[in-house]
Amino acid sequence: MPERERKQKPAPKEREEVVEDVPAASERGEKLKEDIDDLLDEIDAVLEDNAEEFVRNYVQKGGQ
Amino acid sequence: MAVPKIVGIETEYGVTLRGAPDPNPVVASSLLINGYVEQRRVGWDFEDETPGRDARGFARDGAQAPEVETHLVNAVLTNGARYYVDHAHPEYSTPECSDPLQVVRYDKAGERILARSMEAARRLLPPGQEIVVYKNNSDGKGNSYGCHENYLVDRNVPFASLVRNLIPWFVTRQVFTGSGKVGAENGAEAVDYQISQRADFFEEEVGLETTLKRPIVNTRDEPHADPQKYRRLHVIVGDANLCEVATFLKVGTTAIVLCMIEDGFVDKDLTIASPVAAMRRVSHDPACRATVEVADLGTCTAVELQWEFLRLARKYADETGLEHCGGEELGGSVLDRWEQVLGALERDPAELDGQLDWVTKHNLLQAYVERDGLEWSDPKLGLLAVQYHDVRPGRSLYERLVRAGKVERLLSEAEVLEAMGEPPPTTRAYFRGTCLARWADSVVAANWDSLVLDVGADPLRRIPMMEPTRGSKMHVEQLFAEVTTPRQLVERLTASSPPGRS
Repeated sequence: MPERERKQKPAPKEREEVVEDVPAASERGEKLKEDIDDLLDEIDAVLEDNAEEFVRNYVQKGGQ
Repeated sequence: MAVPKIVGIETEYGVTLRGAPDPNPVVASSLLINGYVEQRRVGWDFEDETPGRDARGFARDGAQAPEVETHLVNAVLTNGARYYVDHAHPEYSTPECSDPLQVVRYDKAGERILARSMEAARRLLPPGQEIVVYKNNSDGKGNSYGCHENYLVDRNVPFASLVRNLIPWFVTRQVFTGSGKVGAENGAEAVDYQISQRADFFEEEVGLETTLKRPIVNTRDEPHADPQKYRRLHVIVGDANLCEVATFLKVGTTAIVLCMIEDGFVDKDLTIASPVAAMRRVSHDPACRATVEVADLGTCTAVELQWEFLRLARKYADETGLEHCGGEELGGSVLDRWEQVLGALERDPAELDGQLDWVTKHNLLQAYVERDGLEWSDPKLGLLAVQYHDVRPGRSLYERLVRAGKVERLLSEAEVLEAMGEPPPTTRAYFRGTCLARWADSVVAANWDSLVLDVGADPLRRIPMMEPTRGSKMHVEQLFAEVTTPRQLVERLTASSPPGRS
C-alpha cells in the first residue's frame, strides 16, 4: 500500500519542529535509556536461570 | 434485536509441576484448586501467619504428594466464578458480567486466585516441588490452550449473519487483542515475533471443534440460559490478556459489534477472502501493514477494516445507544479507547506500550535484543516471552512492568481483591455467589443456570436461573435480608417466582 504509507508520513512542517526539539529530545532519550537499563537489570534478577533448559521443558498438553 | 451483553471469560492456564519425578498436569491442576478451596472453606487467609495452619499437618508428612480429592476439582466460588480442571489445565471462568470493566475485574481476580492457589499448593507439596502457572495460550511447540469469551446473543438472529460479520471482526481485532508470541507454530510460516498467540492454530472458518482444526467461529450451542430466547456465542479466537486495557477493549468492542449484528446495523459486505490465511498474515506482521481483501472495501489493512467497524459503531451509538453494551458511559469510553488505539497502531504500534500485551512484550524483548545483541531465535527471548505470563507476583515480568509504572491499570488492586470473594451485583452470579457465601454446606450443586439446595428433610430443591440478568442484587437483596435459612429462601421463592423466571 505505497499510497497509504505516503499519506501517513508527517508533513514537512512537523518535521522541522522535530529538528528544533533535538537537544531536549536527546536528553529525554538518555533518561529513557537509563530507565530501561534499570528495568532490564531488575528483570534479570528474577529471570529463570537456564533459558535454554527452561524453554525446552516448557511443554503443555493441548487444550481447547 | 440486541439483548444485554452478559459476558464471561474462561481461561485455561498453562501449568508446570517442578521438581517432581513424574509431573502430571491433571494432578497439579487439581492440587491448585483443592488447595485454594480448602483454604477458603476453613476461612484461612494465607497472607496472615496463624498458628492454626500447622495443626492441619499440610506438607509435614514427608515427601509424599497428597491424595487428590477429585470430587473437589469442580469448584464454584463465592464470587460466582467456576474453577476446575479442563484438558489437563486449571481453568477459571469468570462469573457472568454486565459490562467490560466488570469483566476486566473478574478476569484479573482470577489471576489473583491462581496466585493464591500456587501458594496453597506449595504448602501441600513436598519440599523442592512447586506448581507454576502461566496465563498464556501456547507452549511454542504446537500445543495451545484457550481463553474463551462468552456473549449472550439473541436467539432470533440467524447464525449465518453472525458468521458473516464475525469472521472479518475476529481476523482483524487481533491487532489489539493479541498477547504476542515469539516464532510460529502448527505449520505456519516462520516469523521472529507475531501479534497473536492463537492465530497459527485456526484452520477452519466455522465449526464445532475447540481442540483440533479450530474454527474462527465456533458453533457450540449450549446457552446456559433460556434456549428459546438466547444463544451463548462461544468465542475461541482470543488470547489471554494481562493488560487491563486489552481485555477491556476485547470484550467492550466485541459486545458492541454483536449488538450491531443483532440489530442488522452492518450495512456493508465485509467478507474477507481466505480468512484462515488472512488471520495468520495479520498476526505475522507486527508493523500492522499486512493487507486483506474485503468484499466492499477492496484491499485494506486490518486497522483500516477496524476503522470501518468503528465508524459503524459510532453511528450505532448515536442512533441506537449503548445501553445493552455495558451502558452509555462505559460504551463511550470503549469507543474512545478503540479510536485512540487504532490511530496509534497506524502511526507506530510501539506507542501502545503498557496498553496492549503484544506491544508491551514486543518492546521488552526488543530492549533485550538491543542490549544483549540477541538473535530472535535466542532461548533467552523465548524465556522472557513465557515468563511475561508467569502468574506468581514475584516472577511475573508483566507485574514487574506494572510496578515500574509502565502499564496502565483501569482498576485499583483493592477492587480486584474484593472481586475474589464478592459476586458482580448485576447478574444472576449475585444469587449464586450469595447462596454459596451464606450456605455453602447446603448448596449441593451450582451450575450456570441452576442451583440445587439441601433444605433438610425434604427432597433436594432445584432453583432454575434461566435468565442471566435476573437474580441480581437489585432483584434479591431484600429477599436475602429477610431469610436466614435455605429452607426459608426456597419457601419464599416458590411462594413468588424463582429468581431466574421473569
